[in-house]
Amino acid sequence: MSKATHSPLRSIAAHAILLTYTVIALFPVFVIIINSFKSKKAIFGAPLSLPLGDAFSLIGYETVFKRGDFLLYFQNSLMVTVASLVLVLLFGAMAAFALSEYRFRLNTLTGLYLALGIMIPIRLGTVAILQLMVASGLVNTLWALILVYTAQGLPLSIFILSEFMRTVSDDLKNAGRIDGMSEYRIFFRLVLPLVRPAMATVAVFTMIPIWNDLWFPLILAPSEATKTVTLGAQMFIGQFQTDWNGVLSALALAILPVLILYLIFSRQLIRGITSGAVK
Amino acid sequence: MGSLQLNHVNKSFGATQVLFDINLDVADGEFVIFVGPSGCGKSTLLRIIAGLEDSSGGEVRIDGSRVDAVPPAKRGIAMVFQTYALYPHLTVKENMSAGLKQAGTPRDQIEAQVAEASRMLSLDPYLQRRPAELSGGQRQRVAIGRAVVRKPSLFLFDEPLSNLDAALRVHTRLEIARLHRELTATMVYVTHDQVEAMTLADKIVVMNAGRIEQVGSPMALYNNPANLFVAGFIGSPQMNFLRAAAIGMAGAETIGVRPEHLTLSKERGDWAGKVVHIEHLGADTNVYLETEKAGMVTVRLFGEVYHDPGETLWMSPAEQRFVYRFDAAGKVMR
Ligand SMILES: Nc1ncnc2c1ncn2[C@@H]1O[C@H](COP(=O)(O)OP(=O)(O)OP(=O)(O)O)[C@@H](O)[C@H]1O
Ligand SMILES: [Mg+2]
Repeated sequence: MSKATHSPLRSIAAHAILLTYTVIALFPVFVIIINSFKSKKAIFGAPLSLPLGDAFSLIGYETVFKRGDFLLYFQNSLMVTVASLVLVLLFGAMAAFALSEYRFRLNTLTGLYLALGIMIPIRLGTVAILQLMVASGLVNTLWALILVYTAQGLPLSIFILSEFMRTVSDDLKNAGRIDGMSEYRIFFRLVLPLVRPAMATVAVFTMIPIWNDLWFPLILAPSEATKTVTLGAQMFIGQFQTDWNGVLSALALAILPVLILYLIFSRQLIRGITSGAVK
Repeated sequence: MGSLQLNHVNKSFGATQVLFDINLDVADGEFVIFVGPSGCGKSTLLRIIAGLEDSSGGEVRIDGSRVDAVPPAKRGIAMVFQTYALYPHLTVKENMSAGLKQAGTPRDQIEAQVAEASRMLSLDPYLQRRPAELSGGQRQRVAIGRAVVRKPSLFLFDEPLSNLDAALRVHTRLEIARLHRELTATMVYVTHDQVEAMTLADKIVVMNAGRIEQVGSPMALYNNPANLFVAGFIGSPQMNFLRAAAIGMAGAETIGVRPEHLTLSKERGDWAGKVVHIEHLGADTNVYLETEKAGMVTVRLFGEVYHDPGETLWMSPAEQRFVYRFDAAGKVMR
């Protein structure tokens, strides 16, 4: 190792930059969380102070749990996110395997076509999607959201996973074929475990926009029974008056599940990078 | 059981043809080695035999029956890969039993077969380890073990030793030779390495640019090469090729003499050359000479011999039968 990488000055500079970035990134989250524990007066009086003494109040959380069915909203959000995530990963990985493993006519073109969605925002098709959902009777169901999010997540997932699957050794797959494994077994037992870090990356990139999305829940599933958390939190925001305690508490709560999912995947991300398949 | 026939096998990837009309007969129990320069289609041919790649034409027969439509697992073959290709998440034992499990073999029979293969290859201490916890040589032994466990009638090896260091290569080579004797199975083996080919093979298949140049026993190829390519490919250092016209020999295009069939003399000989470089390998000595008309010539002498660079020496073939004559098309003339 060269001396330069160990110089304390460099190390301090690198850490300073990283710490600055961390503070900037976490600051809004921090402000949301401390203010969710404060009374309305304290939120406006001293937004950056900690919720101590008089300022401390759980009024926001009380409103959240009293008004509206927040537990249901959470459940909806979680169901939509997890179901979409599973479908995106499963179908994305399968399509990526087909593209990277089999030679067939129009292989490259199919790959390009599937990746096109990365550059074209799905919201451009909102009107058509709404018509489609109305026609198929899926409006105000969670399925409407799950299908749309699956479509939205697939392009990036296919693109990233097919690149990774190309790096899985051909010999390993061929060894499986000679041992009599079916193509499905080769896919699930040999290839998927080896691209686990890529799967985790895709999961994180797919999950967060879905969880945070307001657009499609508002348009496709605004009914009380299918509201998601982000949509539910909107009811505290009025045209003339906003219940900031409610909004901040709802947002603080909404961070939790996605944080937990993220922690799960990032563990996978690190653990997946060990293997001794080939030299 | 375990014979192999290839009849008129062709293979194209898109518009590029990589195998041209391959015909080959391998008898039961034979050890056949495919050699040839990189990219000549050895691996492709092996993969066609294994069923991992479809041929574009022709037929493959194993034990006399056509297997072109038979999946790899049902061909009665086992394959060892250059990169070992062990299943990373399984232990050595699970790696070795995977194929039998897929085939639905009874548990006690799997145990017995794994135990036998493990004993043959001294894998007992590693059975519970994962591939990541083994050295390269051990991994390759496991890969061979995985092939042995299945008791195939035909073994396929694709450059199994090329990732190993020199000492391990010699050791594993001996192991494979011993396996062949013990199992009496047919083996088809791809390699770049001449020494592997000469020492292991009953029959060598020399390939070049998608075609079989010559098939024969190692000594037959060494003594009677059919053409320039085989003459140059078999034997190390390479055979010397001299333009016949330059050295005043009529009736042939090229003259070939192996380095070990030339003698050196200070006084007289057929061709004169200046010593350019000399290599001492211990058991023998390679002398490189620059001739006036015929270019560089290598002479391999046995034992320790000393000459100074710049010295002029005379060389001549030890016997006339060691001089090969090739026609304009590169074919040997008899
Ligand atoms: N999937 C493929 N698509 C297109 N061409 C291919 C493919 N696989 C192999 N080839 C071509 O076929 C030819 C033969 O390849 P092959 O791997 O059989 O060579 P080889 O003799 O095994 O070489 P090496 O000694 O380097 O392993 C090469 O020219 C290669 O470029
Ligand atoms: Mg090869």
